[in-house]
Amino acid sequence: MALNFLYPDYEVARNYDRCIACRACERQCANGVHKYLSDSGKVVCDDAKCVNCHRCVSLCPTRALKIVKSGNTYKENENWSGKTINEIYRQADSGGVLLSSMGNPENYPVYFDKILLNASQVTNPSIDPLREPMETKVFLGAKPQRVERDNDGRIKNNLAPQLALSMPVMFSAMSYGSISYNAHESLARAAGELGILYNTGEGGLHEDFYRYGKNTVVQVASGRFGVHPDYLNSGAAIEIKMGQGAKPGIGGHLPGVKIVGDVSRTRMIPEGSDAISPAPHHDIYSIEDLRQLVYSLKEATDYKKPVIVKIAAVHNVAVIASGIARSGADIIAIDGFRGGTGAAPTRIRDHVGIPVELALAATDKRLRDEGIRDNVSIVVGGSIRSSADIIKAVALGADCVYIATAALVALGCHLCRSCHAGRCNWGIATQVPELVKRLNPEIGYKRLVNLLTAWQHEIKEMMGGMGINSIESLKGNRLMLRGVGLNEKELEILGIKHAGE
Amino acid sequence: MSGEGIIESIAVMHDRSNGLGGGFAAYGIYPEYKDYYAFHIFYDSVFSKKECEEFLERHFDIINLSKIPTRKIKAITDEPLIWRYFVTPLPTKLSDSQLDEREFTAKCVFHVNTRIDGAYVFSSGKNMGAFKAVGFPEDVGRFYRLEEYEGYCFTAHGRYPTNTPGWWGGAHPFALLDYSVVHNGEISSYDANRRAIEMYGYKCTLQTDTEVITYIVDYLHRKKGLKFTEIASVIAAPFWQTIERMMPEERELHEYLRVIFSAQLITGPFSILVGFDGGLMALNDRLKLRSMVVGEKNDTVYIASEEAAIRIIEQDLDTVWSPKGGQPVIVCVDGGEV
Repeated sequence: MALNFLYPDYEVARNYDRCIACRACERQCANGVHKYLSDSGKVVCDDAKCVNCHRCVSLCPTRALKIVKSGNTYKENENWSGKTINEIYRQADSGGVLLSSMGNPENYPVYFDKILLNASQVTNPSIDPLREPMETKVFLGAKPQRVERDNDGRIKNNLAPQLALSMPVMFSAMSYGSISYNAHESLARAAGELGILYNTGEGGLHEDFYRYGKNTVVQVASGRFGVHPDYLNSGAAIEIKMGQGAKPGIGGHLPGVKIVGDVSRTRMIPEGSDAISPAPHHDIYSIEDLRQLVYSLKEATDYKKPVIVKIAAVHNVAVIASGIARSGADIIAIDGFRGGTGAAPTRIRDHVGIPVELALAATDKRLRDEGIRDNVSIVVGGSIRSSADIIKAVALGADCVYIATAALVALGCHLCRSCHAGRCNWGIATQVPELVKRLNPEIGYKRLVNLLTAWQHEIKEMMGGMGINSIESLKGNRLMLRGVGLNEKELEILGIKHAGE
Repeated sequence: MSGEGIIESIAVMHDRSNGLGGGFAAYGIYPEYKDYYAFHIFYDSVFSKKECEEFLERHFDIINLSKIPTRKIKAITDEPLIWRYFVTPLPTKLSDSQLDEREFTAKCVFHVNTRIDGAYVFSSGKNMGAFKAVGFPEDVGRFYRLEEYEGYCFTAHGRYPTNTPGWWGGAHPFALLDYSVVHNGEISSYDANRRAIEMYGYKCTLQTDTEVITYIVDYLHRKKGLKFTEIASVIAAPFWQTIERMMPEERELHEYLRVIFSAQLITGPFSILVGFDGGLMALNDRLKLRSMVVGEKNDTVYIASEEAAIRIIEQDLDTVWSPKGGQPVIVCVDGGEV
């Protein structure tokens, strides 16, 4: 039966008037799309293998290539889309769970795009960041309940450990294994240069990268891969990963083929063995168990590192966050349902979790209502796409944001969403040496620095426009936001007014 | 000194207000009742007055009550009922509440202002009082016969409201216990400040910058025990680039204050006068987006948005100067403490 024949979603369109048969596309494509026919002297391609990553398009010296959407269509049906039908064919063929990568691409509301910012007019001057200081520095961590003084009346420094960031952005967790050595090096060096932090993810920390420790968040997840005392003490903060926005409620699985060489050593597991992170932490079946892990990690690091607890944005996120805020954690990270991943079951990625904008607004309000907002800082991710998203997140109540997809895009990712295949042509989500070396960390880290420097300029411009010269005065300042096209319930949850009000 | 001078001074600033609100705070004016909280209350009707007085009687010993003396003048109309009470918390109520006396009193003030319709306590300190109305400030001063009061410190304000309609309670100063704030400007950090301070039990009911500044001052001074110099370092915090250049100990202090009280930083233009028991603090925003001038003559200090408002009552000043952005000017009566 040819029922499982799937016509390619995309076609590689080659302009033979331009093609000089240099075979660059053939060499660049790890998926084997392009093939040189010596008889005819032509390069041909197999569209079915194409993942639409644009590696060949970008490197073609004569711009002979482009990828176009396939015109092939099933009989039109509003209920049974071509995508749905194809997925059924694939599952009927394989009997397997559908896998996907990167964030949820489906058509759900993006609340950030329905929120607009304010600016000063007449009654209050806007501030020009080129002329006046404009502060984006933030501190993350718990705040003490009381001010204490010594016998001479001087204020005692009773601050819990804090993370100081030059701007309210950190690189979110991506493990060494899910992404390449060169991608990690780019992130680590960029974090160092920018005065922010990157995150190891659950893959341990490569010994070469210990020197970036003060710009590193080390993660402890359910598989506990790569966790040992030196690792915990090497970073600026420790993150307990309870959940991930792309796949709430499930664990992770890095296939044995990626557990090679340094990846195996860093994760502290044998080469070729699958790295399976369980869905729950098997020592955390309730909130009081989380508290024990938080304090175990603090004990192991002499109470010198803030502990972050990362959760996926799910229905009860505000209540869960409230529990975490009373668990000894210093920082809560909330990952929205659009967050990226190196691999996730498609159904979970596309149908589980809630938008981070709503999760953030509800959590910030809940913690304030309970009077415990000062116990913790809030970091949100999944997905933050621009400086405008950052401004909006901070005004909704976030202390800081996590970015990962945007960082990978800066490194060359074209969002083909095929990370799980392990053949990333851009050298990011792969462990194949000849692919990894395509990502030059020297260039990569500069591109990350450029991106965030540009965003910082934009943040300053927007803050200045609002007459605000310090990011602290933007935090939770929801009067700076107005909704457009949102219903009353959405406005109520976001805690903002509609435009015109 | 009497209230005559402050009326004369603020009259010069006539064009900086639009007749939608004026007011004064006067310190040291009730020496005979200095141990009692002086509540100044607006009532919309006799019904709200009755309800409020019943509440006060349940919680306080009322030593004295009277209408606040006013004189009829053409420019001031539609006045509410304006009453004054000298009170002290009932000992049994106070001990039952497990609060200190000032917190108990502040809570009662919030109760009246948020729960009793048509009643608004606009002054609640000891040996001080706020006087305010809809009108130009010089008319408000005459209306309240301010020239008949003697005190050690007076502040005044004329409003040019942009965000909220003019009503009697909305005029400056805003006062809670013995703290009073008059404020010129519009702060861009309002909602960040409001949402933070409401977490600590305050209720912002007026959508006005000055209200939230008053609560921030109360929170930092009364509840957190900061000194006024430290409060200035919180609400008009030095820039990080300045802090980085400080000596280690000072640097640590300022970093500490900015980290802990980041939500009490105030941005946007302001010049404020904060009155408190025994003194006064004047403060500009850290970019100095509003004018403020200080004049001194012997042991008297004058502070105004414009020098003209000082010169009209004291031409022969020893010094005249403008404080820098974020530089507090703190004046205390002899023996006073900040």
